[in-house]
Amino acid sequence: MASEQLEEYLETILDIEEQQGVAKTSAIAKCLKIAPASVTEALQVLSEKGFVKYEPYRGATLTDQGMEMARRVKRRHRLLEVFLTEILHIREENVHDEACRMEHTLSDETECALCKLLNAPSRCPHGSLIEACNRKVESCEECLNEAAPAATCTRDEPLIPVTTLEPGQKGTIAFIRGDNSVVQRLTDLGLTLKTEIRLVRKAPLQGPVEIAVRKTKLAIDHAIADHIFVTACGEKSG
Amino acid sequence: MSGGYVSGGCGFRHRHHGGKDVYTVALAGNANVGKSATFNQLTGIDQDIGNWPGKTVERAEGLLQYRGMRIRVIDLPGIYSISALSTEEQVSREFIAHDHPDVVVNIVDASALERNLFFTLQLMELESPLIVAVNQMDLAAKKGITIDIRELSSQLGVPVVPLVAIQGKGIAELSDAIIAAIASPPRPRRIAYGKEVEQRIDSIVEHLPGEVSGYPPRWTAIKLLESDPDTVWDVKKQVPGTVDLAAVKRTELESIHGEPAATILSGERYHAAEQIVTSVVTIGAVGEARRSLTDRIDRIALHPVLGYLLLALMIGGLLVWTFVVGAWISAILTSLLAHIAPIEPLITGSLEDILFNGAWTGLVAALTLIIPYVVPFYLFLALIEDSGFLTRFSLMLDRGMHRMGLHGKAIIPLVLGFGCTVPACLSCRIIESSKQKLLAAFLVTLIPCSARTIVILGVVAVFVNIWWALALYLFDFVLIVILGRLAFRLLPGESVGMIMEMPEYHVPHPPIVLGQTWQRTRSLIGIVLPSYIIGSIVITAAYAAGLLEPINTLLSPITVVLLGLPAVTGVVFVFGIIRKEMTILALAAIFGTTVFSAVLSPVQLIVFAIVTMLYIPCISTIVALAKEFGWKQALSITVIETGLAIALGAAAFRLLSLFM
Repeated sequence: MASEQLEEYLETILDIEEQQGVAKTSAIAKCLKIAPASVTEALQVLSEKGFVKYEPYRGATLTDQGMEMARRVKRRHRLLEVFLTEILHIREENVHDEACRMEHTLSDETECALCKLLNAPSRCPHGSLIEACNRKVESCEECLNEAAPAATCTRDEPLIPVTTLEPGQKGTIAFIRGDNSVVQRLTDLGLTLKTEIRLVRKAPLQGPVEIAVRKTKLAIDHAIADHIFVTACGEKSG
Repeated sequence: MSGGYVSGGCGFRHRHHGGKDVYTVALAGNANVGKSATFNQLTGIDQDIGNWPGKTVERAEGLLQYRGMRIRVIDLPGIYSISALSTEEQVSREFIAHDHPDVVVNIVDASALERNLFFTLQLMELESPLIVAVNQMDLAAKKGITIDIRELSSQLGVPVVPLVAIQGKGIAELSDAIIAAIASPPRPRRIAYGKEVEQRIDSIVEHLPGEVSGYPPRWTAIKLLESDPDTVWDVKKQVPGTVDLAAVKRTELESIHGEPAATILSGERYHAAEQIVTSVVTIGAVGEARRSLTDRIDRIALHPVLGYLLLALMIGGLLVWTFVVGAWISAILTSLLAHIAPIEPLITGSLEDILFNGAWTGLVAALTLIIPYVVPFYLFLALIEDSGFLTRFSLMLDRGMHRMGLHGKAIIPLVLGFGCTVPACLSCRIIESSKQKLLAAFLVTLIPCSARTIVILGVVAVFVNIWWALALYLFDFVLIVILGRLAFRLLPGESVGMIMEMPEYHVPHPPIVLGQTWQRTRSLIGIVLPSYIIGSIVITAAYAAGLLEPINTLLSPITVVLLGLPAVTGVVFVFGIIRKEMTILALAAIFGTTVFSAVLSPVQLIVFAIVTMLYIPCISTIVALAKEFGWKQALSITVIETGLAIALGAAAFRLLSLFM
């Protein structure tokens, strides 16, 4: 299987999984406009490679390895969408397809340069969250301030926004994205780097998330919490 | 590495001590740690206490008389950091930094020592004459947390007093500690931060001429590193070179850590706080029961379906309870007062009679129309607040508030607005950005306060029907949402999201609930009774003197032509500016009857209620708005709402006339 095709599959499964919990063969087929039979075949290959957990008749879910890969592609996709919209002023209806084709060929270096050029955007033009990069930096400032490329080594563990933790799951703050005043506000309340936090619950309708930190509980606006990136500890309890 | 540190010289703070007999003590600390409870215990004044962060929006002051000394006690609003971002935090910061109280009592929550010590460390940087009071020791003990008070005291270098403020435990010890601290101010130990930071602080201190604008050198150096604008400005005037040096040091620090310097320093403080906590706190295995109680309630209160149901029940219950109980108390009071002296709507006889008549009518109206409704409202609200439910409302409604450019915290002033608009406007201070604050206050003035609800009920529900009254209510809420969205688009400035601490639930303490209800009612009586009595005297006197006709004639293009109301309502609306429910009173006085359906048609009654509901917030509200936002904003809101009331009233008159 070509890497481009593989990434496209993982990305699609991630999308469907986020909405429906599990990606059914038929749903994937519909999304990718491919015959269900070929999807089943591809899922078996992905399953052998350890990217997905595939149960016939039920559907596929991403493994940790698959999830990491899918998130990386998603990040590139959304960064490219911002680039195509804001810098190149490509027509809105073409942006998605264009980004889909470009995302598979982007190198780490180009991805980083793109992120810097766009001033570390947090959302794609359609409003979806852009994942954090896996570089070993503690804030966006570090990248943006440096003329020379900053830390080039990458993190071993994937970063996820605190809002994607499951209730009860713990994580360690690795990176807070955003302008200084937001970072300062969060830091003053005890959300410093390397602090362990626990997601208590997410309020319905994309409402605030409740986080336990330093023996107190904070309710944080969903959009602000999206900027707090953690390395998850432990298994998801849900 | 501490070679350059100038340790002495904070004599400026005590220069005014010579022979003075009133000393000042400031209570400071994070939000919701029990400052207000401690304040009440020390001074015996009923300061509002509630279970939500940001309760004390204006600093309260009281007097502690102890062992023959008179000590002013200032209760400051809760604050998490000295580099404060919201108004409530600024009040605290400015007082501690500029007014130099003789003693600062830093109240900390025993259960969340780490977070609280972050602020303590900032006070220590300021070299404040500090006492630390560890409050809610009982709750911490239930959670299995024990704190080595002596060890904490020796680590911080200041006296530490354990407290259970709500029960008054430890208050005598705290008072003793305050007296002792006035006699010899405690000098906090210097807590060393990381090596990279300390080296840079030291090298900046070396280039400072001692104190700058009364601040200790170490504090100034830290603030320069954090590029605090006020400090940079002050230092630039005296030693411009040091500002440049600090900028270099800041860049060095930022390139080592890859974070803004202010964030690095916050991290350092938290690191220091963690270390202190590790050495003084032991956590036993006992008592997860309490925590799980909060979790259990939250499972319902924050449930996607049950939560909203509970919220609707509570708000609905609050309003129903208010008006059922209110009507009951009102009926009892009315019959009681009728025994004393009957209300005579007739305006005849001598001047004295007329004045007395007016005053008595005003008093009766205040006692039967406002107090009965406001007391049950505040009582129920106090229960919701003290138990901790109000913060959950904020959480649940955050998303909806976003549509109006606000966030969940704004629900607190909005709910308060159902009682009285004035304290609700003042409580908008808990919101961080100035745009959102103004927005929230604007919407609060549109919430039907108890006075307006009385008009809607007393005019529409009684003489048209209850459904029209409910429809008016609904119309008001829709209007609030529409205007909120509109104002959000039009007002300049940015909206910031909510970050709020979630307190744990507890069974409401009766003294606190009752005390708070009384305190709020009392302050309202202070506004309501005089304006009622005076207003009523003026209205009857003016009527007797024949002054009302010119006003009515002047306003008749609006009242008669646009709104289709009788000309006499002109004067009614003028008096409604004093208090909204005065419109009912004035209506009754002028028509000489309380059966309004005899003199006004249903359409006129509805139009009258719409206009009363929306036009000019009452005079007390205008003053409160002006105090918070300036006269320009207060008058803009007044003009907008009056225009809106006339426009909507005129539209309603024409529309409703078609089918009613």
